[in-house]
Amino acid sequence: MDFNLLYNFGRYLMLMNAAFSRPEKWRMYYKETIRQMHDIGVGSVVIVVIISVFIGAVTAVQFAYQIEGNLIPMWYIGYIVRDTTIIELAPTITCLVLAGKVGSNMAAEIGGMRQKEHIDAMEIMGVNTASYLIMPKLIAALLVIPMLVAISAFLSVMGGYLAVVPTEYLSSSEYIQGVRAFFVSYNVFMMIVKSLVFAFILTSVSCFQGYYVKQGSIELGKASTNAVVFSDILILLADYVIATLLT
Amino acid sequence: MIRTESLYKSFGEQTVLHGITAEFKAGKMNLVIGRSGSGKTVLLKLLVGLLEPTEGRIFYDDKDFGSLSKKELRKLRMQIGMLFQGSALFDSMTVEENIRFPMDMFTTMTEKEKLYRVNDCLTRVSLTGVNKNYPSELSGGMQKRVGIARAIVLNPKYLFCDEPNSGLDPKTALTIDELIQDITEENRITTIVNTHDMNSVMETGDHIFLLYQGRITWEGNRNDVLHSTNETLQDFIFASPFLRKLRDTAILNGKSI
Ligand SMILES: Nc1ncnc2c1ncn2[C@@H]1O[C@H](COP(=O)(O)OP(=O)(O)O)[C@@H](O)[C@H]1O
Ligand SMILES: [Mg+2]
Repeated sequence: MDFNLLYNFGRYLMLMNAAFSRPEKWRMYYKETIRQMHDIGVGSVVIVVIISVFIGAVTAVQFAYQIEGNLIPMWYIGYIVRDTTIIELAPTITCLVLAGKVGSNMAAEIGGMRQKEHIDAMEIMGVNTASYLIMPKLIAALLVIPMLVAISAFLSVMGGYLAVVPTEYLSSSEYIQGVRAFFVSYNVFMMIVKSLVFAFILTSVSCFQGYYVKQGSIELGKASTNAVVFSDILILLADYVIATLLT
Repeated sequence: MIRTESLYKSFGEQTVLHGITAEFKAGKMNLVIGRSGSGKTVLLKLLVGLLEPTEGRIFYDDKDFGSLSKKELRKLRMQIGMLFQGSALFDSMTVEENIRFPMDMFTTMTEKEKLYRVNDCLTRVSLTGVNKNYPSELSGGMQKRVGIARAIVLNPKYLFCDEPNSGLDPKTALTIDELIQDITEENRITTIVNTHDMNSVMETGDHIFLLYQGRITWEGNRNDVLHSTNETLQDFIFASPFLRKLRDTAILNGKSI
């Protein structure tokens, strides 16, 4: 790990600044954004589905275990699964996993383009590579990742249902009663804020790691790992900050 | 024409280029030769603006490269083509999309005009029927051709080639050299080629610069090479005992190579 923090933070800010300059040709950026949306979205749906169902199932089973035999009514399970996933688990775990999947992929893609002189080739043509390579990824991530998080929250609630209803902890109607109880739409707002912030973090950090990669496959591997590690740390940090600010 | 005035380039403590003053002529194959690590790529990257010189100036037809405005620079960029050592074709795009890319990005040409130009360029580099292929499906020599096609798609006035022969067998290397030479002469391009391949030096060297330890220590054309007494040059061109023997026999018999 490179502990030259301040230097790298400055470079990161400058890269982000360059990433938001005016596109040479909107059409090309649009095309690239669509491609990225496809890559991020379609490429991640399966993993998001799998982890979400399990997160919901585990939350439900464990909460059922905790409240069994005390005074809290069993139908609270639906309520707890809904809120913990919406507020915390769906955005955070989905984005941590996406950092591993999408983030490392972006770092490797941009890093490979740096190493194979693709970035130089574009620069010579006059392309603003910081912008062309990063902006479409950011926009795509900011559009697609909140959708994935929403899907994740929904599937987690379904997962909870599958875990406790067929096993007869409680009845189908009780679970649904819990899911519909005490609904606060502000929580959904928090979920969206979190997923937007996390999406920005994992994309920009991963692009940064890739953009400044040095020569060699070891460096490329390092950039890819660093993308995930730094994204994860920053996502958890941001999670804490958002939690304190918004609750 | 491109001209440099005492270019220096250092990376930290290490000075790679020690004052390069040279003039690269239009319509000619200007070769920069030298051993691996002598600074050829650094010189090329300075010329195209991928690196900033520590000191010194670069002129494109008497326009000072370092003092161009953003707009002028963008205009100049459209007149520059470059062929990279590893071809640098974009993996996620087909051959056609690669060649179109500069037109898509910087021109307002219609689809039809672009397609026409793509096929024109592909024909020029003797490659057809690969429009829809991805770079990974092509051989090294074919990738170089696509790289050339992409470099010339906007009719550049200046063409830069970094080791166009690296990774190619001698025969393919020669055809690539000839292709670059023909395109250069047809369109009166100022072409600068980095190479450490003695075949290209002897076949295409209109104007040769020998880069040695960060300085230009010899300048001339391919006919001067044989009779030069510059030891670094002789060492470089006739690197093996076999070639030296060949040269000495030729000189002994009064033949030119
Ligand atoms: N970005 C860089 N940072 C530090 N040193 C560099 C950089 N680029 C090139 N060098 C150094 O400059 C010298 C010349 O390299 P180069 O121009 O690639 O040689 P070649 O003639 O083989 O193309 C080498 O010693 C290399 O280590
Ligand atoms: Mg080189």
